[in-house]
Amino acid sequence: MTEKNVPMREALRAALIEEMERDETVFVMGEEVGSWQGTHRVTRGLLEMFGERRVKDTPISELVIAGAAVGAAMAGLRPVAEIMTINFAFLSIDAIINHAAKVHYMFNGQFKVPLVIRAASGWGNQATATHSHTPEPIFAHFPGLYVACPSNAYDAKGMLKTAIRDDNPVLFTESIALYSKPSLIPDDEYLIPVGKSDVKRQGEHVTLVSYARGVEWSLEAAAMLAKEGIEAEVVDLRWLRPLDLEPVFESFKKTNRCVVVEESLPHFSFGSEIAAQLQEAAFDYMDAPIKRVSAMDVPLPYAKEIELMALPNAQKVVDAVKEIVY
Amino acid sequence: MATNTRSLDKVTLLDWYRQIVLIRQFENRCDELYHEKKITGVYLHLYSGHEAVGVGAVAALGEGDHVLTGYRDHGIALARGVDAKPLMAEMMGKRTGVSGGKGGSMHLASRAHNFWGGYAIVAGHLSLATGIAFKERYMGTENVVLCLMGDGATNNGYFHESLNLSAVWNLPVVWLIENNFIGMGTRIEDSSGQPELVKRAVAYGMKQGPRVDGQNVIEVHEAISEAVAYARKKGPVLVEALTYRYKGHGVSDKQYDAREDLKRELDDWQAHKDPINILKNQLLAGFDGIEAELAKIDTEVHEIVEESVRYAEASPVPTYEDLIRHIYVE
Ligand SMILES: Cc1ncc(C[n+]2csc(CCOP(=O)(O)OP(=O)(O)O)c2C)c(N)n1
Repeated sequence: MTEKNVPMREALRAALIEEMERDETVFVMGEEVGSWQGTHRVTRGLLEMFGERRVKDTPISELVIAGAAVGAAMAGLRPVAEIMTINFAFLSIDAIINHAAKVHYMFNGQFKVPLVIRAASGWGNQATATHSHTPEPIFAHFPGLYVACPSNAYDAKGMLKTAIRDDNPVLFTESIALYSKPSLIPDDEYLIPVGKSDVKRQGEHVTLVSYARGVEWSLEAAAMLAKEGIEAEVVDLRWLRPLDLEPVFESFKKTNRCVVVEESLPHFSFGSEIAAQLQEAAFDYMDAPIKRVSAMDVPLPYAKEIELMALPNAQKVVDAVKEIVY
Repeated sequence: MATNTRSLDKVTLLDWYRQIVLIRQFENRCDELYHEKKITGVYLHLYSGHEAVGVGAVAALGEGDHVLTGYRDHGIALARGVDAKPLMAEMMGKRTGVSGGKGGSMHLASRAHNFWGGYAIVAGHLSLATGIAFKERYMGTENVVLCLMGDGATNNGYFHESLNLSAVWNLPVVWLIENNFIGMGTRIEDSSGQPELVKRAVAYGMKQGPRVDGQNVIEVHEAISEAVAYARKKGPVLVEALTYRYKGHGVSDKQYDAREDLKRELDDWQAHKDPINILKNQLLAGFDGIEAELAKIDTEVHEIVEESVRYAEASPVPTYEDLIRHIYVE
């Protein structure tokens, strides 16, 4: 089997092209997805390949982008709606939470919503307070909606293809910092199942639990720790919903220590959720408090010196591990 | 509409000339500093090309009036009289910046100037404008709010809700659309069912103002002066100014390199509809022997901008205390 090194934006683009070729009901819509070639270039060339019927530029109207996509999905199409960055999904949130996530349940299964909403997420690069959000956990709060957060190009491709084929609505977030990072991607088609986490590194001393960009920091930290004889296991959850914690429990039973790593804010967070579930499921295996590494509990400032202070990184993960591995 | 200079005094016109040139030079310098990596980050949206809109409109306001805008905000801050030094310091993320280095290019504000800010969520600030205007009505004063927005903002739900509320509550707001015919890359005909944006006033039952030449500061000023007078006594007005952006959507926008049609359009605006040239020609035609005064202004402005750069470069960066301060009122 041949494989190529492909950056995440290209892997996502390939997933869109393959799914659009496979299924005529799949179409793409959003701000600047067509003639501008996509703000993050994920939809580059799609307008030329598939035409205006299937690649729809929209006005700057986030509420109706999401809402129209929900309606089209209820009616039987498979929309892949792009919200330029997840910051603007706050303007779409009613359509996502009150409609996408609810109509299947509320109408007793009569409608389904095979919808994907893609949104670039994350911070760094001085994007400032309004443009630096990572609110994935907020969306994961609501039953009825899946939340996909790939950590690399390989996963991103397989997960996006699955998300498009699934009959449930999926919020699919793409870390801006990962767009240019490559993984080896096979030429042959592959899918990554909904709600399946993945052990990205084996180790017996501590379990690092993360998703999206946090996996990168965790792997970097694991490499640093290995030099000091500490072997970290890194579990990438990949989906915040459905949440697959079995590999985390398995790992924890072996390591008895855990650090949760996330790009998002600490208050009412991913880290809080994992820590809560872990202590319920594996209290008897706990040798140390569960640690959390996250962004600082502040809005993001512009000046890069102080922005960097607030951002999690591999060193902060290493420091947290050392507090509980002794 | 009258575009002759006779009714306006020379001092006023020269002041507008100074402001327009200041904005142009300030933006050119920001562009250079970005490419020298002295201004960093991902967002820097320059006001070049739009200068006459901001200057003409803000000049129609009194001191007690208010102004707010989107993220293309440098020119509005300068037109409102905010000093170039703390503005440049904000661009460089310095502690002495108007927003303490925490807001950046898209989030400039100066409370002292009733400049309530640049806001980076497209159309979000329209709702704030209604609230600020409501306070004036509430207190029984006659101050008005000037709210600028791009053409792209008119298709967002915030626009609809804000304009309707301003009409229902009869709020003193002048809504001013800076129509440069394009959002990031989508043209107005492809994003608006009714691309003559000012016509939307009808749907809200508010006064429909004119569609003015945004490159002609005198015309802009006249239109907004009338709108402000109406808003003060009566209620909201919608005005549209036709303009063009010279530096793309933001500094990372490369579409002018790639697209011949856009490049031609840009060249045409710069050659025939440049706000500096238009005002300069009006001044030259209206006042004998004014060349020397214009040249002097150009030089003075150059020094103001250079001084702002020196000030910004010498300023300290924010600290950890700044990072954690102002999350809540202390
Ligand atoms: C709610 C929201 N959606 C999308 C964006 C991304 N965005 C920033 S500027 C812009 C285009 C705005 O165009 P327009 O209002 O015409 O203003 P101009 O840039 O032409 O001055 C877009 C889509 C945003 N900042 N906020």
